[in-house]
Amino acid sequence: MGRIELKQVKKSFGDVTVIPPLDLEIEDGEFVVFVGPSGCGKSTLLRLIAGLEDTTDGNIEIDGSDATGLPPAKRGLAMVFQSYALYPHMSVRKNIAFPMRMAKLPKEEQDRRIESAAKALNLTDYLDRRPGQLSGGQRQRVAIGRAIVREPAAFLFDEPLSNLDAALRVGMRLEISELHKRLDTTMVYVTHDQVEAMTMADKIVVLQAGVIEQVGSPLDLYRTPRNKFVAGFIGSPKMNLIEGPEAARHNAHTMGIRPEHITVSSESGDWTGTVGVSEHLGSDTFFHVNVEGFGEPITVRAGGDVDLHYGDTIYLTPDPALIHRFDDKGLRIA
Amino acid sequence: MATQQSRSAARLMMAPAVVLLLGWMLVPLIMTLYFSFRRYLPNRPDIEPGWVGFENYARFIGSSSFWPAVQTTLIIVGGVLVITVVLGIILALLLDQPMWGQGAVRILVIAPFFVMPTVSALVWKNMFMDPVNGILAHLWKFFGATPVQWLSQASLESIIMIVSWQWLPFATLILLTAVQSLDSEQLEAAEMDGASYLNRFWFIILPHLARAVTIVILIQTIFLLSIFAEIFVTTGGAFGTRTLTYLIFQRVLESQNIGLGSAGGVYAIILANIVAIFLMRIVGKNLDA
Ligand SMILES: Nc1ncnc2c1ncn2[C@@H]1O[C@H](COP(=O)(O)OP(=O)(O)OP(=O)(O)O)[C@@H](O)[C@H]1O
Ligand SMILES: [Mg+2]
Repeated sequence: MGRIELKQVKKSFGDVTVIPPLDLEIEDGEFVVFVGPSGCGKSTLLRLIAGLEDTTDGNIEIDGSDATGLPPAKRGLAMVFQSYALYPHMSVRKNIAFPMRMAKLPKEEQDRRIESAAKALNLTDYLDRRPGQLSGGQRQRVAIGRAIVREPAAFLFDEPLSNLDAALRVGMRLEISELHKRLDTTMVYVTHDQVEAMTMADKIVVLQAGVIEQVGSPLDLYRTPRNKFVAGFIGSPKMNLIEGPEAARHNAHTMGIRPEHITVSSESGDWTGTVGVSEHLGSDTFFHVNVEGFGEPITVRAGGDVDLHYGDTIYLTPDPALIHRFDDKGLRIA
Repeated sequence: MATQQSRSAARLMMAPAVVLLLGWMLVPLIMTLYFSFRRYLPNRPDIEPGWVGFENYARFIGSSSFWPAVQTTLIIVGGVLVITVVLGIILALLLDQPMWGQGAVRILVIAPFFVMPTVSALVWKNMFMDPVNGILAHLWKFFGATPVQWLSQASLESIIMIVSWQWLPFATLILLTAVQSLDSEQLEAAEMDGASYLNRFWFIILPHLARAVTIVILIQTIFLLSIFAEIFVTTGGAFGTRTLTYLIFQRVLESQNIGLGSAGGVYAIILANIVAIFLMRIVGKNLDA
């Protein structure tokens, strides 16, 4: 079981309120991702749940009982830190065994869990090494192993992949997703990488300055962002946000259109512009197009074989069904 | 990084310092070795100076004061090491806590290190340990006990106390920087893993401090083997406080037997080197990990 509920949780450091009162429900078995720009309070929120920080106000309930005052060890949650926080002087085996040793589990049970965790995480050959002798990805797996053996009610991850290189990050992303499917345990995952959020989450929580901007499934957020901030944050490359007369023509203060929802042509279209920088990814090409009357260049996605170059004239047609409209407060117009 | 050119330039510029230090070290060492093989008592014109081979060495080690002096030295060094390391760790952990007036407290803790050994020994002798006027004597009387004659009844303990007081700041300072360098996420991870404060200390903090502790032990041992002023000022080597260093001093200056004292000096060098090699290996092993 791992149902976590935050009720009017507030956190201040001295005079600075980092998290204004906030409500959030995390269902049992859910994979929840906190995403938001740097400094928005993601780590703080996770540490509040873990019990590593005291709440200034409000309650945290785990499985229906109040856990606000409980010390971290009593909450039955396991955390994987960004720096991995492995114990450098202990072997991998001892690192993984540490929480069980603290819980005074019988030796046979410890060994059994270590073996099965090591097998699941491909660590069997490294059990007698020190963390210093492992690669970043292996260290990450040890940290996860140390969390798994506790059989916690929920896992908390704080940007676990940010120290890994791009290829390894994709691999570990899959491994963590698979772990979630297999264990079926609640996971709360903090990241500032919206790709990680989109690919892994059952539910995304978008934060800005400690305030929840929107909660929903990845596709919900992609299709119907509640405001301009979420619209710009979710999706890669970013949604184009256009103000001025063009937006007014659509009865909005700001209109938004994703790069992938614009048709590119070299003959005719709604908007006429000149090609600026183009980024060729092979399968796709992203053009940055300067359109007369728009403040900022528009990003559009085209197929990999479209043959347009710097300075060429380009015609763009947004898909009218997929235009997002926002009012002057940045909120979505239904 | 370093090119051929910059390396030879560096060598050239370092040469004066190296030559000076080498001379500084070698001249006294060679003179000590030279005297240790001579019969040389400048105040006794009746005894002819001359070569005696290893006679000085045999006499120094054969003297009834030699082994007790070695023993005294080891007790003082060991006692001070234990006290400074244990108290140093406790103080470092306390000073690491956020508190009001942290800066001032830290400076106060370091202060004893800046007091000259002679001065601190005198202060302890006259203001604390004096059996009539000392603060400790007043304290004892206040509780109705008979004041202790510190420097005669508990002479070795008193000297260990004085020297520990002087070296505690050094140990605390080194250990404090080590405590501060511990990654706080490791402690938080241990906390989440269910480790109590004692467990965290034993399994995380202490292993992290191991290297700093070895360094404290190594450096202190080298200096503690040669403490002199504290003994000279307080007991003058009486009441079983005669260390090897003090014995050599007595042989050279009190008995004016320079040859015998020099032989003792060579023994002291050998002892210090044995300790140093021994400790270097421990440190080396710790630094590898
Ligand atoms: N111990 C603290 N004392 C004072 N302010 C703090 C403390 N910890 C965090 N903050 C502040 O709280 C805010 C949120 O910090 P937090 O670490 O939660 O951000 P984050 O969303 O995790 O950012 P990042 O993506 O960079 O890790 C920041 O503005 C930070 O300066
Ligand atoms: Mg963070």
